[in-house]
Amino acid sequence: MLSRTAASLYWLGRYVERADFVARLVEATIRLDALSPRPAGEAAWASALSVTYSDDGFAATGAETAAMEVARFLTLDPANPGSIVACLDAARNNAKAVRTALTRDAWTAINRAWLIFNGRGKPATTMETLTLVEAVKAETRGFEGAIHWMMRNQATWFIRLGAAIERADNTARLLDVKYHLLLPKGERVGGTVDRDQWTTILQTVSAVTAYRWLYSEGLKPALVIDLLTTRFELPRSLAGCIEETVEVMTLLGKRTGLHGEADRMARARLAAMQRTRSGDVIVRGLHEYLTAFIRENGLLHAAIARQFRFS
Amino acid sequence: MRIAVDHRTRYRFTEPQVRLVQLLRLTPQDSIDQTVVNWHIGVDCDARLREAVDGFGNRTTMLYCEGPIDAIEITVHGEVLTAGDAGLVRGVIEPLPPALFLRVTDRTRASAAMRDFAQEIAPGEDRIARLHALNSALHARFACREERNDTGLSAEAAFRREHASPRDLAHLLVALARAEGVPARYVSGYHTREDGEGHAPHAWAEAHVDALGWLAFDPSRGLSSDEHYVRVAVALDAAGAAPVAGSRLGEGRECLDVDVQVAELGRQ
Amino acid sequence: MAAGQAFDEIRGQDGPDAIRPEFAALGAWLDRTPQADLERRLEAAEATFRQLGITFAVYGDADAAERIIPFDIVPRVFTASEWAGLSEGLVQRVDAINAFLDDIYGAREILRAGVLPEELILGNPQFRPEVVGTRPPHGIWAHICGIDCVRTGPDEFFVLEDNARTPSGVSYMLENREAMIRLCPELFRDFRVAAVDSYPDMLLETMRSVAPASAGAEPVCVVLTPGHFNSAYYEHSFLADSMGVELVEAADLVVDDDVVWMRTIGGRVRVDVIYRRIDDDYLDPLVFRPDSLLGVPGIMAAYRAGNVALINAPGNGIADDKAIYSYMPEIVRFYSGADAKLPNVQTFRCREPDALRYVLDHLDQLVVKLVDGSGGYGMLVGPTASSAEIEGFRAALMATPERYIAQPTLALSTVPTLTERGLAPRHVDFRPFVLSGRGGVKVVPGGLTRVALKEGSLVVNSSQGGGTKDSFVLMGDAPAQQQTLGAMTQRQG
Repeated sequence: MLSRTAASLYWLGRYVERADFVARLVEATIRLDALSPRPAGEAAWASALSVTYSDDGFAATGAETAAMEVARFLTLDPANPGSIVACLDAARNNAKAVRTALTRDAWTAINRAWLIFNGRGKPATTMETLTLVEAVKAETRGFEGAIHWMMRNQATWFIRLGAAIERADNTARLLDVKYHLLLPKGERVGGTVDRDQWTTILQTVSAVTAYRWLYSEGLKPALVIDLLTTRFELPRSLAGCIEETVEVMTLLGKRTGLHGEADRMARARLAAMQRTRSGDVIVRGLHEYLTAFIRENGLLHAAIARQFRFS
Repeated sequence: MRIAVDHRTRYRFTEPQVRLVQLLRLTPQDSIDQTVVNWHIGVDCDARLREAVDGFGNRTTMLYCEGPIDAIEITVHGEVLTAGDAGLVRGVIEPLPPALFLRVTDRTRASAAMRDFAQEIAPGEDRIARLHALNSALHARFACREERNDTGLSAEAAFRREHASPRDLAHLLVALARAEGVPARYVSGYHTREDGEGHAPHAWAEAHVDALGWLAFDPSRGLSSDEHYVRVAVALDAAGAAPVAGSRLGEGRECLDVDVQVAELGRQ
Repeated sequence: MAAGQAFDEIRGQDGPDAIRPEFAALGAWLDRTPQADLERRLEAAEATFRQLGITFAVYGDADAAERIIPFDIVPRVFTASEWAGLSEGLVQRVDAINAFLDDIYGAREILRAGVLPEELILGNPQFRPEVVGTRPPHGIWAHICGIDCVRTGPDEFFVLEDNARTPSGVSYMLENREAMIRLCPELFRDFRVAAVDSYPDMLLETMRSVAPASAGAEPVCVVLTPGHFNSAYYEHSFLADSMGVELVEAADLVVDDDVVWMRTIGGRVRVDVIYRRIDDDYLDPLVFRPDSLLGVPGIMAAYRAGNVALINAPGNGIADDKAIYSYMPEIVRFYSGADAKLPNVQTFRCREPDALRYVLDHLDQLVVKLVDGSGGYGMLVGPTASSAEIEGFRAALMATPERYIAQPTLALSTVPTLTERGLAPRHVDFRPFVLSGRGGVKVVPGGLTRVALKEGSLVVNSSQGGGTKDSFVLMGDAPAQQQTLGAMTQRQG
C-alpha cells in the first residue's frame, strides 16, 4: 500500500472520530448547561472549549462565552480547526484522495455528513444545534457501520488505527478537563452539579448504560474514572483504545510482515494498562497520569507515522 | 590556452529539506577547440551523481541527495585546453538540426522596440557581417553588469533597461538573430577576463550560418569568442542551459550563493 | 448537411424505416420494445453512472454540477467484415505513428527525404528537443492510441484525428458495455458481440511487455494521475483498480540514482512501467515546466537512462498534432511503403497560400479548426455558422493562417438514437483504442461512439452536448464460446 494512501486512511479515521467526539461533547454540554444554574452553565461551555483545545481560538474571535456562540464555534466555524465542519472537511478530503480504497457506503456516509453543513447558516436555537449534532452522529455511525462491512484489509485497519488513537486522546482530555476545571466555587463535591457533571462525561462517551451494568453502586467519580481508564469492556476507555490499537497493529503486522517501533510501543502500553488500577491512579494524581497518557499517545502517533512512512 | 575553473554553488535552506534532486549542466565537452584535461564535480554531503547527455548534447549530471539537508555546496574544479578561431564552433556533437534554433521562447521574443533597434543597424554585406553588427550594437548600447543568479528576465524586459547582464545580452542577440531568420542559441560557460574579475558563469550566443556552421558571439564584449572561453552548455534560452536546475522537498526558502574563479594557466 | 441525407449505419440507405439485413435482429428489437421501456432502461443506466461517479467534475464539490455524459441505449453495430477492414487500417496507421516517432526523435530520415517540411517539425512546440536521444524500451512510443474516425458510407471510413498522448474515454467503453449487458441482455442473445471487458488485462499485458530490461519477471506497473481534482480521475482510478495496480500521484514517486521508486508503507518499491495521465509539460519540473507541482523531478533522467517505461512516451504530441495530421497519408506511405488503408479527411493547410485562398472563398461550406485547439472549441462549422461567426473566422484566418486547417463538412453517418420524439437518426463518430506492445499492435473490438444528440448537429464533444453509445463488434463465423475470450485483431510485430 502506498504511504500516502495509508496516511489518508489513518487521518480519515482520526477526523471522523474527532467530528463525532465534538458532536457528543456539544450535545452533553447543552444538557449540562440546561441543568445548571448560572454561572455553572457558562463554565460548562468554557470547559468544552478546553477539552477541544480551542479556548485560545475562541478567545481570539472576541465573542462572549455564551452557549450559542460556543456551540456555533464548535460546530460550524470553518476557521476553528477543531470544529465539526472543519473535521468533516478534512475527513472528506482524505476520503477523496483514497476514494478507491473505500466502499461506496463509506464514501457516501462521509459525503452526507459533510453535506449536512454545506451552505448552512448558524443555528439560532439550541434545538437546531441538537438536530445538527444528532445528524452528524447518525452519519458517523453510518460510516463506522460501513467500515465494519468493508473488506478486512489494510484500508480498514488504517482507518480503525486512526480512530483508536484519536479516541484515546479524546477520552483522556475529556476526563482531565472535567476533573479539574468544572466544579464552580461554592459547589460541593458530590453535590448536584458535581453529579450532573459526571453524568455528562458518561454521556459524552456513551457510557451511561455501561456504567449501570458494570457498577451496582450509584454514580461515584472514582467508578467513572475506573470505567473510563482501565476497563477494557468500554470501547472508549483508555484501556479499550489501547487494546484496539494493539489489535489493529497486529492485523497490519500479519499482513505486511512488518513489525516496528510502533508495535513495540503499543504493546508496552497494553502491558502497562493491564497492570494499572484506577485506585492507584487517583491516589497518585489523575491529572499527572492523564498528562503522561496524552504525551505517550502523541509519541505513539509519531511512531506510527514513522513506521508506515506517512510523510 | 590552459584555463582553470573553480565554480562553487552553495544553497542554504531556512528549513531542513527532506530530499534534493538537481540537474547539473556543469561539464564541458571536448571539441576541436576545447580539450577537457580534468574535471571534477564534488558535493559536500552524501549524494549520488549520475551522468548523462541531454537532448541538446550537453553533458549533464543528476544529483540525488537524501535529507535532512540544511545546505549543500557543489564544487566544480577542472582544467581545459582551449583554442579558438574567430568564434567558429567546431567538432561539437550536434543532435539537433540548426533550424530547431529558430524557435522563439518566452525569454527570446523580439519586441517591436528591439526590431526597430535592429533596423537602425547597418544591414551589413552578408549574414556574418550582419551578426557582427548586431553583436557590436548590443555591446555599445548596454553597460554590461554581471549578475550571479538568473533573474528570469526576458529579452523584451532586458531591452528596456540601461544595463544588462551577459545572460540578458545573450538573450537579446539570440532574439534578434531569430527574428531575422537566423538560427541562434544561448551558451553558458566560462570566460577569463583581462582584469581577472568575474565571479559568475558567463553567457554568450551562437548563430548558425550555412556556409560555416555555428559561430559564437559575445555581446558583453562585442567580439567573437576565442581561446579565453570554455563552452559548457547550449539551449534555446538560459532556462535550458542553467548550470543547476533543482527541485527540493521541504519547507522554507533557499539562499543561493555562487562564486566562480577562472584563471589562465598560460599558453601551451 | 441534413441528417436525412446521411448514411445510417443501422438502416442503410433505403429510408428511415428500413433496416440493413445484417441487423434485422436489432430492427426487430427496436420494433418490439416500447419507447417507455427504452426510456426506463436509459434512466437506470444513467443512475448507475451517477452513482459510480462517472462525471465530468468527479467528486467535485457540491456546487460543481456533477454532470454525467448522456448515454444512449441504442447500440452502434459493426459487422465482422466492416470491423476487419477498419482494424487493418488502424493497425497500419498506429504502426506508422510508432515508426514516425522513432524516426523523428532519432535519425529523422523522413525530413532528409523531404516528405515533411522541416520547419513543421522543428518549429512545432510538440517536437520536444528534451526527448531527442531517448528511445523508449523496445522502441515503442505510442502504446495506447485513440484514433478518431468518422464514416460517410458503407465502406467509407476516415480518420479525423489521432490521439497518441493520453487518449481518454476507455472507461466509457467499458461502463457502457456493462450497462448494456445489464439492461438489454436480450441483445447479447440475438447478436454475438465481441467482448471488450478484457481491455484492462490487455493493457496490463501491454505495459508489462514494454518493461525495461532492468525489470524482473514481475514488472511493477502503476498509473500516475494528476490527482482527484482532475476531470478524468474516475478513469484513472477505474483503470488502476481493474488492472490491480497502484494509482499513484507525483508525491508517491521519488527518483533516486536514476531509478523511480514508489513510497509504500513497507518502504520503497522500484517502479518499472508508468502509465502516466499527466501531460509532457508537467511530467518533470527539471526538464519541462519548472513550476509543475504534478510532476516527478528526475523522472526524465530515469527514462533517459532506460530504467523506466513511460506510457505513452514523452514527445508523442508531434505525432497527433493537427498540423502534422494532414501529412499522415504521406507518413504512412513513407514507413509502410503502401497507401493508407484508412484515408484522412481532405484537409486544407491554410499555411499554404492556394489552400488559404480556397478556404476563404468557401468558408460557408467548410469546417475550420485551430491547429492547437481541442474539445470542439476554436472551430467553425461553416454550414451552420452565422455570417458574423464566418466573418470573425475570416479575419482570424487572414491574420494567422498557419494556425488553421479546414476540412469539408462530411455527411457523418447516423445511428438511430432515442429522442423525446422516438427514435431518430443522430450523427456519430468513433474512437477505437489501439494498443502497441512487444507482441504487436492490437485493436480492442469495440470503442467509444460519440453521438451528437442535437438534431442535425455534427459536434459530438461531450462539452458541447454530445453523448455516448455502446459499440458492438459482431463476431464472424467463429464459434459462439469465443464471445468470452475477447476476440481481437492482431498482427505480430
